[in-house]
Amino acid sequence: MTTQLTSPTPTNNSFFSRFKGRSSLGSLLGRSLFSGFAGFFYIFLYAPIVLLILFSFNASRFPTNWTGFTFDWYRKLFDNYAIALALKNSLIVSLSSTVISTIIGTMVSIAMERYRFKAKTSFDAVLFLPIIIPDIAMAIMLLAFFVLLKVQLGLTTIIVSHVAFNISFVAVIVRARMASIDSTFEEAAGDLYANEWQAFWRVTFPLLIPGILGGALFAFTLSLDDYVITFFTSGPGSTTLPVRIYSMVKRGITPETNALSTLMLLASATLLPLSLWLQGKGDEI
Amino acid sequence: MSIVPRTKRERTALNVLLSPSVFWLTIFFMIPLAVILAYGFIDRGTYGGIVWKFQLDNYIRFADPLYIKIFGRSLGIAVITTISSLILGYPVAYWLAKRPARSRNAFLLLMMLPYWTNFVIRTYAWRFILYREGILNQALMAIGLINEPLTLLYTNKAVVLGLVYAWVVGMILPCYASLVGLDQSLLEAAQDLYANSVRTFLKVTLPLTIPGIVSGSILVFVPSFGAFVTPDLLGGGKADMIGNLIQQQFGSAGDWPFGAAISTILMIVMLFGTFLYFRSLRSQGLQN
Repeated sequence: MTTQLTSPTPTNNSFFSRFKGRSSLGSLLGRSLFSGFAGFFYIFLYAPIVLLILFSFNASRFPTNWTGFTFDWYRKLFDNYAIALALKNSLIVSLSSTVISTIIGTMVSIAMERYRFKAKTSFDAVLFLPIIIPDIAMAIMLLAFFVLLKVQLGLTTIIVSHVAFNISFVAVIVRARMASIDSTFEEAAGDLYANEWQAFWRVTFPLLIPGILGGALFAFTLSLDDYVITFFTSGPGSTTLPVRIYSMVKRGITPETNALSTLMLLASATLLPLSLWLQGKGDEI
Repeated sequence: MSIVPRTKRERTALNVLLSPSVFWLTIFFMIPLAVILAYGFIDRGTYGGIVWKFQLDNYIRFADPLYIKIFGRSLGIAVITTISSLILGYPVAYWLAKRPARSRNAFLLLMMLPYWTNFVIRTYAWRFILYREGILNQALMAIGLINEPLTLLYTNKAVVLGLVYAWVVGMILPCYASLVGLDQSLLEAAQDLYANSVRTFLKVTLPLTIPGIVSGSILVFVPSFGAFVTPDLLGGGKADMIGNLIQQQFGSAGDWPFGAAISTILMIVMLFGTFLYFRSLRSQGLQN
């Protein structure tokens, strides 16, 4: 499971800029050295992905040489029944697990941020565990559990397992949003004779919506991208896209794999910034 | 602000809000966790399957040199990955902290974007580059640096590379946060005392950002130690780590109780790491 890293809040930068004025030859050299290093780092970060995308358009089957531009591999992909089925399964799993985990995750976030109760600290820890536990450990524990109960492995077991890790991720995002909402809004509603129920639905909930949508999109991406837990909790006929890609990748390097990978990259590169934008939206309130 | 529910209505609201998650996490997380912990102490049946009899054999078996070697390799790969991430990540964090506030956020986003994309595909991309007929070998041969392709894939080095690529952002963010939060007056003081920039860095900046380095190291070490996809795709059976050993026990080897015992060991290491992480966060909080 990927650990979600919240980006640190940017503070003002007067500290470093103070040294900008002293422009000796040495500091100039030092600065360009750092910039060069950072440039190298960003190339390291993007080169593999860019090459992969580039060669998904290569007419030649081999990455040895570039023989021309083509959409053939994408066309082949859309004709492939197994991939269409995997896409269908992936969408069923991601959509169902997102809906369930967003509802449950939002409910638990409200409970955790509004109320104090017995065993809250221990429940907080339990809520955090699915985020930090290695995927392989979570995968085999769910497999062992389903097999012990003689449950038939399939789409349902995958969905149930995805919800089990996604509740925690949704909760982290919605709770952050919940904590940032000023409680005086609800108090003001109370002063205007709104009862608690009205104050929540009319004031707090609308403010919470960007966080909920952000959490839902994040959960959707995690579910769409998950390989390890899906692989262990899936049965015959319930292959999802990452599981399909994995078996393609293990067999060999083909342009079809590159094309499919490019489409998957495109999906997460669109959904995640959208999730971030929603999470940050209305932060000025 | 959180409140203690007093009225009956509030107590009902709390129960309704909590019960779905308590239910789901108990049935589909806590009980499976308990099952795996229990499996580690039972026996494997003669024809696969399991026999419910308490014993410690699975843990004793792990002491076999074969498994200790894999444990050692996991530890070694995770440590080298952490150190490499620090060497690669710290200068980037430093550079990032020097950017003006506006461009800084753009560079941060640019860094996070690949980090969020599909893990399997990011790892596959390196397979695509490193394999025998891959781009890197082709390029090196084209410019005449080598005469025949190098074995790059299926080595410990390839696994380290894949893991650094996957987790280096986990090192950069805490280091960056530490660097941005530095007290500027301390650096001015060092400059006033005629320390040059190298000396200022070694005596002031570096010691003060150690909490960030510790957090980052744990954020890289923990997922690297428990890795499964990276050693599977880039190690190809030649650089197996603990994750692969667990997968084999639940797959081809069919020894679930032993696999459960290894998972338990992995989770203990991971929990210990997380505990250290939170402790380092707390010490950071005290410092700032």
